[in-house]
Amino acid sequence: MTGTSLRRGATTFSFVAPALLGIAIFFVYPLISAIYFSFTEFDLLSVPRWVGPENYRRMAEDPFLLQAVRNTLWMVVVFVPVRILGAIGLSMLLVQLKRGAGFFRTIFYLPALVPPVAATIAFVYLLKPGTGPVNHVLEMIGIDGPLWFNSPAWAKPSLVLLGLWAIGDLMIIFLAAVLGVPESLYEAASLDGANAWHRFRSITLPTIRPVILFAAVTGVIYTLQYFDQAAVAGSIAGGQATVGAGISQSFGYPEGSTFTYPLWLYTVGFRYSALGYANALAIVLFVVALAVTVILLRRAKAFSGEES
Amino acid sequence: MTVTLERPVASAPATRAVKRQNRLAWIARHSIAIALAIMFVTPVVYLVLLSLMTSDQALTSDYWPNTWHPENYLRVFRATPLPHYLLNTVLYAVTATVLTLVSSVPAAYALAKLRFRGRNLMFLVVICVMMLPPQVVTVPLYLMWARYGLTGSLAPLIIPALFGDAFCIFLLRQFLLTIPGEYLDAARVDGCGEWRTLLRVVLPMARPGIAAAGLFQFFYCWNDYYGPLLYTSENEQSWTLSLGLASFRTVHHVDWNLVTAATVLAMAPLIIIFFFAQRSFVQGITLTGFKG
Repeated sequence: MTGTSLRRGATTFSFVAPALLGIAIFFVYPLISAIYFSFTEFDLLSVPRWVGPENYRRMAEDPFLLQAVRNTLWMVVVFVPVRILGAIGLSMLLVQLKRGAGFFRTIFYLPALVPPVAATIAFVYLLKPGTGPVNHVLEMIGIDGPLWFNSPAWAKPSLVLLGLWAIGDLMIIFLAAVLGVPESLYEAASLDGANAWHRFRSITLPTIRPVILFAAVTGVIYTLQYFDQAAVAGSIAGGQATVGAGISQSFGYPEGSTFTYPLWLYTVGFRYSALGYANALAIVLFVVALAVTVILLRRAKAFSGEES
Repeated sequence: MTVTLERPVASAPATRAVKRQNRLAWIARHSIAIALAIMFVTPVVYLVLLSLMTSDQALTSDYWPNTWHPENYLRVFRATPLPHYLLNTVLYAVTATVLTLVSSVPAAYALAKLRFRGRNLMFLVVICVMMLPPQVVTVPLYLMWARYGLTGSLAPLIIPALFGDAFCIFLLRQFLLTIPGEYLDAARVDGCGEWRTLLRVVLPMARPGIAAAGLFQFFYCWNDYYGPLLYTSENEQSWTLSLGLASFRTVHHVDWNLVTAATVLAMAPLIIIFFFAQRSFVQGITLTGFKG
């Protein structure tokens, strides 16, 4: 190795050193400790004691975990596709508007900026069974509105509504994709007599398919860590005394219907201080998230990242 | 166009019919857009109206304040620790954003423009970190910060910003890829070292990308609920707006009109910033998407 290449190596290293340190301290180290801790038992005051795969065995008999997994699966199956369909619909509408497209784009985007806690509070008010305006409007057209966040059957659909409201980021990603479809393709199809639906199915959809995959994968990852809205909705709608960490007492309100996997992980770790078991739950979450990410990475050209 | 030329007789009524159909479609689309726009705006408008009512009226099903009480916004500052939460939030969001940018730009530049062994592996790891749900490493990290006695403060949220942020590195790298290599080669030919090239040539050109990354980071910190809940809930002195809002009513026994006033105050700065920086935003979001 010559002196210059050594020096260049040192320069490159100085560029990436902080990030590499960060990855080591805040990713590799805690991940390895989490794997080790998942085979132990301890709380905030005691030293980890090796128990083997006991924590993983315990999962099979944990009724709360079962409920949390069911709720998170429900969100993955409903929340993710509904948001993708909504974002595609909005972006298709936007590209067809001749006037005011910029104005409508801004309006549709803005709710994505509202802090999740503030947005959740707003929706709990909006959907309040007795006094909220939504049920008031429904009543005017002769519909007896549901109890929304106060009903075990409607609490998760209410969270989906909240997620649809804050759809702006996803909408912009789809809008860019839809605008990237070459105009000439549409013109050719129009001459062939294809109607709007045909044009969408045979031109738009195939072109934006990679974006749909991207949105699905990131949507699943997002749903796996869905925490803020579920926690705050339970606490505000339940109206219980929730002070700081005490908020975990109102997790899942009503009747566990909003108890997602991350909420259960938090409760196990920081309310029950079963830190070994919490780490086992974390490792399972990691394996699932990693598997989903691998699907994305194997398909993604942009991610593999050579400049051409 | 060709239709009219080929079949002039038949096409005259057809074009009129097509025109009418187009106009109907135009009206239909714009009506849908307006209806949706009203639905998107309603939650915020309703919240603002509630925040201007008396505490008694806020408990009813009214939408329109009988009497207007803009002083609610002053009261919420005096009756609650809102100024304190606001200060903590600004402290967290500003320092974390600045530090994250300073530590992430060089790494992103190296990943985009420098050749070195292990570059692809490092980029792969950055993506994995970005995709990792924060709950996976929560317990070991909490124990680490507790060992240093830093739980109960915002330090566990600010210190990591010194070491770059995966999402920020990813976003900046995607942006830096779009800068043509010739500019960098020209700078190198002029005898600039890599650091000087970065500071003198790349930074000025990458300003829009850095702005987008900085905005995302700022908004992320401002909105963050999980982080402050995890590390600061034991010490109210360090609470941020998100955490304070969620526990407002029960801790301070304030009325709903004041809770909504505080909620409006938490979202207002973000919306104002957005209107000044709309272009950076849209560009940033499209960069995070897929170029498949």
